[in-house]
Amino acid sequence: MSNEGVIYRISGPVVTATGMSAAMYDVVRVGHEGLMGEVIELHGEKAVIQVYEDTSGIRPGEPVLNTQETLSVSLGPGLLTQIYDGIQRPLPTLEKEMGVFITRGVDADAFDLEKIWTFEPQVAVGDEVVGGQVIGHVQETETIIHKIMVPPTASGTVKSIESGDFNVTQTVCVLEDGTEMQMMQKWPVRTPRPFQQKYAPDTPLVTGMRILDFLFPLAKGGAAGIPGPFGSGKTVTQQSLAKYSDAQLVVYIGCGERGNEMTEVLDEFPHLIDPNTGKPLMERTVMIANTSNMPVAAREASVYTGITIAEYFRDMGYDVALMADSTSRWAEAMREISSRLEEMPGEEGYPAYLSSRIAEFYERAGRVETLSGDDGSVTVIGAVSPPGGDISEPVSQGTLRIVKVFWGLDAGLARQRHFPAINWLNSYSLYPQSLDQWFRDNISQDFPEVRTQISGLLQIESELQEIVQLVGSDALPTDQQLTLEVARMIREFFLQQNGFHDVDAYCDIHLQYRMAKAILSFQDAAKSAMANGAQLNDVVNVPSRSDLMRARLEKGYIDVIDSMVETMTAEIADTVEEN
Amino acid sequence: MTGKEYRTITDVKGPLVFLNKTEPVAFGEIVTLRLSNGTIKNGQVLDTSDDLVIVQVFEGTSKIDREAGVTFMGDVFKLPVSTDLVGRILDGAGRPRDGGPEIVADEKADIIGAAINPYSRQSPNDFIQTGVSAIDLCTSLVRGQKLPIFSASGLPHNDIALQIARQAKLKDSDEEFIVVFCAMGITAEEYNFFRSDLERTGALENAVLFVNLADDPAVERIITPRLALTAAEYLAFEKDYHVLVIYTDMTNYCDALRQIGAAREEVPGRRGYPGYMYTDLAMLYERAGIVKGKKGSITQFPILTMPGDDITHPIPDLSGYITEGQIVISRELHQQGIYPPINVLPSLSRLMGSCIGEKTTREDHKSVSDQMYAAYAQGRELRGLVAIVGEDALNERDKQLLDFSGVFEDKFLRQTRDEDRSIEETLDLCWTLMSSIDTKYLVRLEQTWIDKYHPDNKA
Ligand SMILES: Nc1ncnc2c1ncn2[C@@H]1O[C@H](COP(=O)(O)OP(=O)(O)OP(=O)(O)O)[C@@H](O)[C@H]1O
Ligand SMILES: [Mg+2]
Repeated sequence: MSNEGVIYRISGPVVTATGMSAAMYDVVRVGHEGLMGEVIELHGEKAVIQVYEDTSGIRPGEPVLNTQETLSVSLGPGLLTQIYDGIQRPLPTLEKEMGVFITRGVDADAFDLEKIWTFEPQVAVGDEVVGGQVIGHVQETETIIHKIMVPPTASGTVKSIESGDFNVTQTVCVLEDGTEMQMMQKWPVRTPRPFQQKYAPDTPLVTGMRILDFLFPLAKGGAAGIPGPFGSGKTVTQQSLAKYSDAQLVVYIGCGERGNEMTEVLDEFPHLIDPNTGKPLMERTVMIANTSNMPVAAREASVYTGITIAEYFRDMGYDVALMADSTSRWAEAMREISSRLEEMPGEEGYPAYLSSRIAEFYERAGRVETLSGDDGSVTVIGAVSPPGGDISEPVSQGTLRIVKVFWGLDAGLARQRHFPAINWLNSYSLYPQSLDQWFRDNISQDFPEVRTQISGLLQIESELQEIVQLVGSDALPTDQQLTLEVARMIREFFLQQNGFHDVDAYCDIHLQYRMAKAILSFQDAAKSAMANGAQLNDVVNVPSRSDLMRARLEKGYIDVIDSMVETMTAEIADTVEEN
Repeated sequence: MTGKEYRTITDVKGPLVFLNKTEPVAFGEIVTLRLSNGTIKNGQVLDTSDDLVIVQVFEGTSKIDREAGVTFMGDVFKLPVSTDLVGRILDGAGRPRDGGPEIVADEKADIIGAAINPYSRQSPNDFIQTGVSAIDLCTSLVRGQKLPIFSASGLPHNDIALQIARQAKLKDSDEEFIVVFCAMGITAEEYNFFRSDLERTGALENAVLFVNLADDPAVERIITPRLALTAAEYLAFEKDYHVLVIYTDMTNYCDALRQIGAAREEVPGRRGYPGYMYTDLAMLYERAGIVKGKKGSITQFPILTMPGDDITHPIPDLSGYITEGQIVISRELHQQGIYPPINVLPSLSRLMGSCIGEKTTREDHKSVSDQMYAAYAQGRELRGLVAIVGEDALNERDKQLLDFSGVFEDKFLRQTRDEDRSIEETLDLCWTLMSSIDTKYLVRLEQTWIDKYHPDNKA
């Protein structure tokens, strides 16, 4: 059989071709317009293809051409600051070619193949190099050095190596066996890139969001799921992480969500400064936008495109964070394709392999020793959009089985405008044990103990609240009333954080610790004042406490917080005398 | 290949017709069916192969037999568009319904519509004043937004939609919207209500109506909103108009989707709706917005009725996952005799942040909105408590908040159907109403605004 076949059947994004030799996951060109597709099933003579563009108007009998390549991404300088669709076509190029509406049949290089980059060699003639080894550097953006690596499968002795200005397709290094290397390489998206070994994570991804860093920390190389009903804050949280987390690189995938949200990122990021480096955020970001109205098959591919790019930067020794908003839309794309294939459905119509696909995806997160012996990581944060907000459904469950961090968004909190609306009672992180040492060494020796006290207070509050519901808070003994006040302070002063606030949207981890300590200082001061006869009301209402709380919205809080706490404790002590 | 008539129908099932032995037929191609009694029906190809073609018939399959002749028209569904559309009433398949002439096409536009390149979008940030206090203050509408009304049967969502259509304008501007109205499966009575209101106010001249009524074919509802949006896109992006698309009732649209899914024996998703309903709805809702380099805009105001008043039902649920907020209508408020019965607590406008404030509405808008919301939320919660412990158990603050929740509904929410409040009037009203609460309890108001706007401080 040849590379060329003909269309037998078209059913939405699924096209069947006959008369063509094909292997699974071959990339094919469908119809006279050459729409891009991928072989996803073989039935005897017939190859079933998912097509990444709209298929209306295509007829049986039109040609299908097998490129015999697998769906791959192009990797090399030029990736950063780009915005791609699900199959790595740059959206600015599509705009140039098609105008503001995405039509079809247009190919576009993932980045400018003509652009000249300055290549600085890191190896010399005669050096032995192995797959994954860095052979040269390119200063891609102000903050990021793009490391040019030997493709994972190649190795040998360097016969020649260039230095100076080249485009990504020019050969910069030749091995003795004749292997030529360019700054651009390709990698199939469905195959994880290799590494030497996975390490247990021991460093947190510091996000600047208090509830996350303090109560439910995520490790660099870890995976987190954020399920929540519509309007509860998945996107705002993901965008905050993209803005403020201390990853060196961010891959942001808008998977089957709103167009305007991507526009927002595009408008905002170039003007935002990375609090960790002081440089524009865009310089460390790659975006993938396959919105809800773009073809579903490309939506299915988008998460693989994203994670492969993330792994590539990981292999250079970077800490990469990947956000996927929303993995539910990815799962739905799988369901739609699966139902067109008339596969036997599993739970809620999802294919039976749903949970294994989810697991495989999150397994591509991790902190690794790269092929070149560096330390790199991919942290994955996936939003989940459960129907009706009920997480007993298959995508949420499949995710929770594999991720170690669960940030549960709560419609009730969102309705009370308590943001981030992360439920502190049912969320969890399984990382604290492995991260505690880092917190002790880098923030404070007693960090884990402070955390335990804070979360303990919230726990007690929830138990007390049940009683309050029945008898009113006045019926509680004063020490318990104080506990309620302290817990309220935790919620309103510490957990709440407006994702759009100029100052408070990002909170330095050292400041987080001091804010938590401030709450505990309030508790201690109040307890001892009350033991000496002070009234709860007086203690709670000292003006310096509200000053302390309000000041978090001002710049330079970290410089004044300790003295404000001193003023507060002194004022609380004074309430004893008033009586 | 147009012209050749096939008589190869093998099966007819629900809205679907199956036929075999055809020339190659395009996916999505338009089809006409000629029945033995001479009736003509239209359809579209849903699945095509060398052996079998599946056609979805818009007018329903009643009276179709195996003798019916099927002609493939050689093209996908297109709507003739031109500015002549403005002022016209068309049926659910785009044919004149007002007795007027056929639309003379400037061009023919594919009704599926292409996705707007996310890179080519422009962030919506122009505040639309609807004159409805609850919306303007708490869920501000932005030009280019998609903001649905989540309602339920028997509630006055149509009045609200009409009031918005009548009153919506950019602040300090007379620029009017072109209204594209899309009816899907509503009753003749509801339709007449809309039409006569648009006629009465003269708005009909600036509107295009696509009308599929309850007794029109259900399957046709699948294309009606696509026609409406295609017209809207043409007017907005080719002719620079600001277009407001109102469609009602999305629930009937979704039910038609479900019907087709069932006929195709697809694996159903929740409550029998197809698994691809999210994507399908997104293909409609995402056709709202503003694009770079074009003057016009599309703002969408879909209306849906929540079956069983249940917001977790797949129709409101999936809509909420796509739209940029929602305005929720409350049966309870309606029963209390309050119009418009908007429950601001579950309502949300996600784009509000970008369109309010000093430059666009007024400097105190955000704090006033937060404070009104918080005070009302607390007051509402206290109602529950009072039912158990009695009003006497409340402290002074709680008593004031409880009273305020009543005032909020009676004085703030309540307005007449033709009362068009400017945003300044709305904000001033808020300050007057909030003065019934001791200032020390109004913790969300900045002192600067209290000094400037609180009635006690205004001379
Ligand atoms: N951290 C936050 N700070 C301030 N406001 C927030 C925060 N999180 C959420 N919000 C508010 O909630 C709204 C909805 O949030 P978001 O868009 O993130 O929801 P979502 O969970 O992504 O919903 P969907 O599933 O429909 O996409 C925002 O527009 C904003 O008004
Ligand atoms: Mg979202």
